[in-house]
Amino acid sequence: MVLKKEIGLSVRPEGKRVRVPRGLWIKCELCGEIIYKKEIEKNLDVCPKCNYHFRIDTHKRIAMTFDEGSFVEFDADLEPVDILDFKDTKRYRDRLKISQKTLPQKDALVCGEGRINGQRAMAAIFEFEFMGGSMGSVVGEKIARLIERAVNKKCSIIIFSSSGGARMQEGIFSLMQMAKTSAALALFRKTGLPYVSVLLDPTMGGVTASFAMLGDIIIAEPKALIGFAGPRVIEQTIKQKLPEGFQRAEYLLEHGVIDMIVERKNIKEMLGKLLAMLTPAQSVPSGT
Amino acid sequence: MHREVLIKMALQQFLEFEKSIVELENRIEELKIFAAEQKVDNSYEIERLSREVVQLKTEIFSNLTPWQITQLARHPLRPYTLDYIPLIFNDFVELHGDRNFRDDPAIVGGFAMLEDQTVMIIGHQKGRTTKEKVFRNFGMPNPEGYRKALRLMSMAERFGRPIITFIDTPGAFPGIGAEERGQAEAIAKNLMVMSRLRVPIIIVVIGEGGSGGALAIGVGDRILMLEYSTYSVISPEGCAAILWKDGAKADIAAKALMITAADLHKLGIIDEIVREPLGGAHRNAEAVATSLKESILRFLQDLKTLSKDELIGKRYEKFRKIGKFYEPVV
Repeated sequence: MVLKKEIGLSVRPEGKRVRVPRGLWIKCELCGEIIYKKEIEKNLDVCPKCNYHFRIDTHKRIAMTFDEGSFVEFDADLEPVDILDFKDTKRYRDRLKISQKTLPQKDALVCGEGRINGQRAMAAIFEFEFMGGSMGSVVGEKIARLIERAVNKKCSIIIFSSSGGARMQEGIFSLMQMAKTSAALALFRKTGLPYVSVLLDPTMGGVTASFAMLGDIIIAEPKALIGFAGPRVIEQTIKQKLPEGFQRAEYLLEHGVIDMIVERKNIKEMLGKLLAMLTPAQSVPSGT
Repeated sequence: MHREVLIKMALQQFLEFEKSIVELENRIEELKIFAAEQKVDNSYEIERLSREVVQLKTEIFSNLTPWQITQLARHPLRPYTLDYIPLIFNDFVELHGDRNFRDDPAIVGGFAMLEDQTVMIIGHQKGRTTKEKVFRNFGMPNPEGYRKALRLMSMAERFGRPIITFIDTPGAFPGIGAEERGQAEAIAKNLMVMSRLRVPIIIVVIGEGGSGGALAIGVGDRILMLEYSTYSVISPEGCAAILWKDGAKADIAAKALMITAADLHKLGIIDEIVREPLGGAHRNAEAVATSLKESILRFLQDLKTLSKDELIGKRYEKFRKIGKFYEPVV
């Protein structure tokens, strides 16, 4: 399920075989175009040819969403534990170690507070590269704390979801995070402040079936895969071919499941606008 | 010959590890019939075999693996929600429909009398014959099923009636229409709304507690599980297919996921295990219903002492504290 592939390719300008250094070029998974990596990065990791939105890491997301230097992370120290002593082909604790070694996070979620075009917001951002952005105890706890903090500090909430769903290796504990986070949102609804849910590619399973679908406003990036059951599971169950574009953001918009699709380059502006429109006047900061 | 075919058909309803028990029981039945027809006294032999059956059952059922328990939870003869309702409650009035799209037969609900109080019952419903199975969609609800449940639970709150839910589903239905009509939203909304309903909610897992599709009617003040029921984030087969890349490793996955009532009680997720008769609930649904009724009444009595604010405060805490992680002390 890795969409962003870094590949070493042989291209032949004028029939001559030239070896291209690994990592300089990226092949777009959607249109197959081979693009110079720097060009894609300049374009917010969106394919200039077909507008496919590549997955990006949490740092890039924070940088393109929040006013410069305004984001302050919290609860970064929470670490997952292998509560069930779970072992499939690998031990869960070893899988965790591998992810923790290659990524700056201790688990699949970064939480913090910052400003978006001057508007205060509590935010959570999923890191899909960390075990498929799956939700276990740490992710659930951090989301619940974020929401409770937003209730106490009277602050709006933005959650950028990108997740395969619940983390199987934590068994029932991961399932129950769905109830925990949704119950916290029930508290938040009394504040009269907005929660904007931003769905990125992909948002599936227990994450979709809890806080991700409970946004007052639900935004998706173009072509993001969003759903409860995975397409393969559905195909195997009903033994039919799935319709064109099934579970993609455009399909969901058509079926009334989400409010809007916003291109990456316009998300900051849209979030800032929504927060300004929906936040009571007294909590709008002066200046910035 | 005819009789042998019948026995063989009956045996197909039973699980591999039950067959030796059922065979022995059949022999006892035959001896009884023989005694009645031929007017002979073989009571000594019958008694001996009956003792042997009990011994065999005890032996097999005290060493069940999580995978065997999973199979018991899905047993084709296991009592379903509509089997328990008349054994526990009176005057069940079934209510239908989500008022938006259709009535989903995979979830049933309605008011009933529990002794002298009116309660709302919500439950997954599986079918027993092929026709019923299809009608009930194998107990896998569509969004409209969860929306019906939400409508009925909100009504129960309005009338100040406690809610009792019965969980028994492989999971929410993975289908095209289900996704188009917002399966994820339907589940999510139930989780959120149930956490604040100002009436007592008792959850009983009677068979399969299949993931989000189970949890969608599973947020409450007390969670009970029948001894041979399961509750899991994913089916053992699904987990095995993803993590072991081999669906046949379901027995290993069942153990690793810790999905049995005993495991979940140990992990502090559920409040009580309701014992099943030797051989499982399908051997004596009445006995299970009696125990269930006793537990439900006792828990409702407990919850009555709380104010509405205390009730939902404690419910919030119950789910809020679930989760294990490490946080360094600063």
